[in-house]
Amino acid sequence: MESIANIKRQYIVDLAAEGKRADGRNFDQYRDIKIIPNYLMKAEGSAYVEIGDTKVIVGVKYDVGTPFPDIPNQGVMTTSAEFAPMASPDFEAGPPGEDAIELARVVDRGIRESNAIDTDKLCIIPGEKVMIVFVDIQILDQDGNLIDACGIAAITALLTAKMRVYDEEGNPTEEFVPLPVNKTPVPCTMAKIGKSILLDPQMDEEMVLDSRITVTTDEGGNVVAMQKGMAGSFKLEEIMEAVAISKREGQKNREKIQKAISESE
Amino acid sequence: MEVGVLKRADGSSYVEWGNNKVFASVYGPKEVIPRFLARNDKAILRCKYNMTPFSVEDRKRPGPDRRSIEIGKVTSGALEPAILVEDYPNSMIEIAIEIMQADAGTRCAGITAATLALVDAGIPMRDLVAACAAGKSNDEIVLDLCKEEDNSGQADVPIAIMPRSDDVTLLQMDGILTEDEVEEALKLAMSGCKKIYEMQKKALKVKYGG
Repeated sequence: MESIANIKRQYIVDLAAEGKRADGRNFDQYRDIKIIPNYLMKAEGSAYVEIGDTKVIVGVKYDVGTPFPDIPNQGVMTTSAEFAPMASPDFEAGPPGEDAIELARVVDRGIRESNAIDTDKLCIIPGEKVMIVFVDIQILDQDGNLIDACGIAAITALLTAKMRVYDEEGNPTEEFVPLPVNKTPVPCTMAKIGKSILLDPQMDEEMVLDSRITVTTDEGGNVVAMQKGMAGSFKLEEIMEAVAISKREGQKNREKIQKAISESE
Repeated sequence: MEVGVLKRADGSSYVEWGNNKVFASVYGPKEVIPRFLARNDKAILRCKYNMTPFSVEDRKRPGPDRRSIEIGKVTSGALEPAILVEDYPNSMIEIAIEIMQADAGTRCAGITAATLALVDAGIPMRDLVAACAAGKSNDEIVLDLCKEEDNSGQADVPIAIMPRSDDVTLLQMDGILTEDEVEEALKLAMSGCKKIYEMQKKALKVKYGG
């Protein structure tokens, strides 16, 4: 497993106690974010996202399938993440591990719980045929804060995705419409190092962190998902601080997503 | 709540929480298998959360699914801060949580049970970990949603705390809440955790006296 020298660990911890970070950022500052919507041609929706040196691609594909029995007139969304071996010495080929599953589920939860996708409109024939939306996350370069990179990429890909129109008998037509997405949930992840809360932890910071928290907000300023990760603990005030930071910085990232999409059209 | 219900496990417990029925067991500290997972500065925690096929309405396919794996991971994250893991380098503590009957709130019941099993196994700890959820149902913030409330509810916030220091060790949330509602739900859930904490202490005293 990837490890970090004790001297470097101590350096990052000491810096955090002084209110500083190794790369000179403020505690509530993201690295540079680059968003490229419609990055791929074959996927119905896609996005390439960089946060600093972290690089991820998300593709959206569809299938037609049967709905869940308890929600016969709603489409289905599923999210999965692939930690490709090229992205980190820690990643190995094979079925997704704990971390990949947690990542996919945290990203999924933000989109699902905010009701970003109007799943009623994904219904083709109630109880028989619905659209299944696959959100597939591919990690290219893991330099910390995969959750936010993937969360931004996933919602960007969904916002730009096209959906084939089906007629009343459930046969495909040649017409395409945008996927019914009406919200932009954005996750913000913070690391707790000592007593400090650091937004957008870079890889070295991730390796020394005591605990991690992700708060996903929508444009209404509502909190739609939270997840504490790794060991360690938070005080109530620290959680509320994280919520406030997420509301503020999430809105900035949301504007970046909207700008990137409007520029690509 | 009952402590020491299984003979072979180093520590075990049984928790009935409404209609939830949960067993937890602890083995260790013991040798780390596979070897490469060992850490020379602390014990590692391996936590398995499992739902039996007969625990829910429609039979659940046996074996781990993505939900179980995620819950296992956040559970070990919730318990580790309370355990003096640094006293047991190069070893591992195995925790198993088995849900016999599920009725919403099983991860909280599981963490509560696992804590009792850890104490029963004689693992040195800073504090107990008590878990409880708060949620929003019918536009009101309420404690510990039941199955019907959970399915129709507007939000669910399961947390775990170390009650002596009020450190939050598990935090998840799904649904839609405003900032103020998040705070209200967290405070309510924390008060729920404190009640669970008292019950945990009582259950431990039944077995260990004092």
